[in-house]
Amino acid sequence: MPGWAPAHAVVTFIIRRLIGTVFLLIVVSIITFAIFFLIPRLAGQNTYQLASQYVGRNPTRQAVLQVEQQLGLADPIYLQYGRFVRGIVLGAHYRSGPTDTYCPVPCFGYSFRSQQPVWPMMISDIPVTLSLAIGASVLWLVGGVSIGVLSALRRGTLFDRFSMGVALAGVSLPVFFTGLISLELFSYKWPLFPNVQYVSILVNPLLWARNLVLPWIVLAFLYAALYARLTRAGMLETMSEDYIRTARAKGLPERTVIVKHGLRAALTPIVTIFGIDLGLLLGGAIITEVTFSLHGLGLFTVEAVQNQDLPEILGVTMLAAFFIVLANLVVDVLYAVVDPRVRK
Amino acid sequence: MMPETLLEVEDLRIHFPTQDGLVKAVDGVSFTLSRGRTLGIVGESGSGKSVTSLGIMGLLQGSHAQISGHIRLDGEDLVTASPDRVRQLRGSKMAMIFQDSLSALHPYYTVGNQIIEAYRIHNEVSKKAARKHAIDLLGRVGIPQPSVRVDDYPHQFSGGMRQRAMIAMALSCDPGLLIADEPTTALDVTVQAQILDLISDLQSEFGSAVIIITHDLGVVAELSDNILVMYAGRVAEYGSGADIFYRPGHPYTWGLLSSMPRLDRARTARLIPIAGTPPSLIRVPPGCPFHPRCQYTGLTNGRCDTEVPPLRAVATLEHEAACHLTAEDRVRLWAEISGGEVPAEAREIPDQAGELLDEAVDVPAEVGPSVAQGGVEA
Repeated sequence: MPGWAPAHAVVTFIIRRLIGTVFLLIVVSIITFAIFFLIPRLAGQNTYQLASQYVGRNPTRQAVLQVEQQLGLADPIYLQYGRFVRGIVLGAHYRSGPTDTYCPVPCFGYSFRSQQPVWPMMISDIPVTLSLAIGASVLWLVGGVSIGVLSALRRGTLFDRFSMGVALAGVSLPVFFTGLISLELFSYKWPLFPNVQYVSILVNPLLWARNLVLPWIVLAFLYAALYARLTRAGMLETMSEDYIRTARAKGLPERTVIVKHGLRAALTPIVTIFGIDLGLLLGGAIITEVTFSLHGLGLFTVEAVQNQDLPEILGVTMLAAFFIVLANLVVDVLYAVVDPRVRK
Repeated sequence: MMPETLLEVEDLRIHFPTQDGLVKAVDGVSFTLSRGRTLGIVGESGSGKSVTSLGIMGLLQGSHAQISGHIRLDGEDLVTASPDRVRQLRGSKMAMIFQDSLSALHPYYTVGNQIIEAYRIHNEVSKKAARKHAIDLLGRVGIPQPSVRVDDYPHQFSGGMRQRAMIAMALSCDPGLLIADEPTTALDVTVQAQILDLISDLQSEFGSAVIIITHDLGVVAELSDNILVMYAGRVAEYGSGADIFYRPGHPYTWGLLSSMPRLDRARTARLIPIAGTPPSLIRVPPGCPFHPRCQYTGLTNGRCDTEVPPLRAVATLEHEAACHLTAEDRVRLWAEISGGEVPAEAREIPDQAGELLDEAVDVPAEVGPSVAQGGVEA
């Protein structure tokens, strides 16, 4: 299509943002590490107390000492941080007595609970969260945006009032409520989607989709409501812009005015929010996963916190942060593609 | 060859029902415009000049406007035509330029694409041909390196260039009627003159009829064949440029002219504002809508407060004013005002406007009859 800005403008923009992203991730790792290791120290805890918090529930004295030594809590903080980063980048060796266990790259440590490296545990949970988040996001994006646009164009009509009323309900009702209701109705009373259990898409795509329908709808309902309201507000604002009047003055059909000139501009803020929402969800849709017993990153996080399993908590925090940073990067790049004023 | 009438507006009324009452934005406006001619519509904010133009363009959809009267473009009545028919005419037979070109151009599409879009709705041509046309148009409106700048986005253009691009877009289908709504208000003074020259040049090149809407008398002085002065949704005065500037027949026009800075007056001369503010369009004053601000109502035995003055011929049939003053009074009062004097009737006003008027008496006497800068060729 003629008139596209030179592609190199977008490419330079992406490279600039990528460099920024790497720095951001380093800062995130420092802060995360400091929260768990530096702040308790500053608050006056000694290494034994520190270790006893991270060893799981009701630890033996021996276990605490082992953790203290394993984590090297007596070392200066920068050495500990260096080891933490080194583990992620190069992998790490843990010596407990005569045994030497190797934790492969990227090493986020060993889970106290299962005595397994944390990373593979998280990796195996990612597909669940990914399936949930992506399926739901497609639903809410399509549903929310189209309802929002229609509401804006039919402002004040019965359709507008009704859909905005439903949207208000959607924003207000918590997932554990709508989730449990939907389970009661559609899994037990009328077993349309009886066995809610995650099946990999690679094993059986049909079953995968069928078992995820309820969580998708429940999660999407919450977000669709929000997006419908946002889109409606954005469309109302955009359709009163001067350039919409210009588009009409050219003699464009109303449909083109709405979609090409109105919606295009109204979608820009939606893209931003969508990226960040999706990034947050990839870190674990905690309530939805718990409600539907889906073993994704959200449930993983809940269990890690319940067991006070430090390496797991640290790992999942870093992973969630990574997803958010990544989502922000994607949003920024999309923004540059969508809005020519952002590329400089 | 007699100039052929292109646009005929007859008793146009545009009312907006609101919660506070009926807003009579345009209330019985009539005028005609011939091909190749220019009409200036002048008035303060809220006088109905922009609504008139939007009404002609059929751009009041969705605003619950109640439109009555006739708007005939090439003999076709736009008030009764279907919205889709009016849409087809928009852009092809009538086009519009807006005040703020930054907000009037879509920020996400290149200038070229926006011109191409305007051209291709009404003409079945390939994208390539349309692009060539767009480049050609950009060159004609004075954009340097048009084949490069065609791919720029609006924010990469300066204000003057954006307005040039707007003009190129409006002229893309060679419309018979071009409406320019405050085309220079958002621009630097030097750029303003360039844009006005451009509109004038292109008008003679394309042979379009032009309506210029402005609150700036200097702008219409430069461009217009005829001038329509609007007040509170009605026509206060209508006439040729010479009529309006040399022989204005309405106190409101006198006020507009006296409040305009002029190079042919001494620097010590004060600008004389029109006292008061424009009336609410929901509760338009009875009688002449201008009477609460008019200083000469004492001369008409109270008719100004009760009787709506009809448009009446002033000196020639083409010069009309809606005012109760007698012809003699008008000639006398305007002679005094244009001579730098303040008529005795106006001096009695005790408020702040009166003080300003007193100082204005110091204008040196050598000032000749009023000629607005830019000059109007009759």
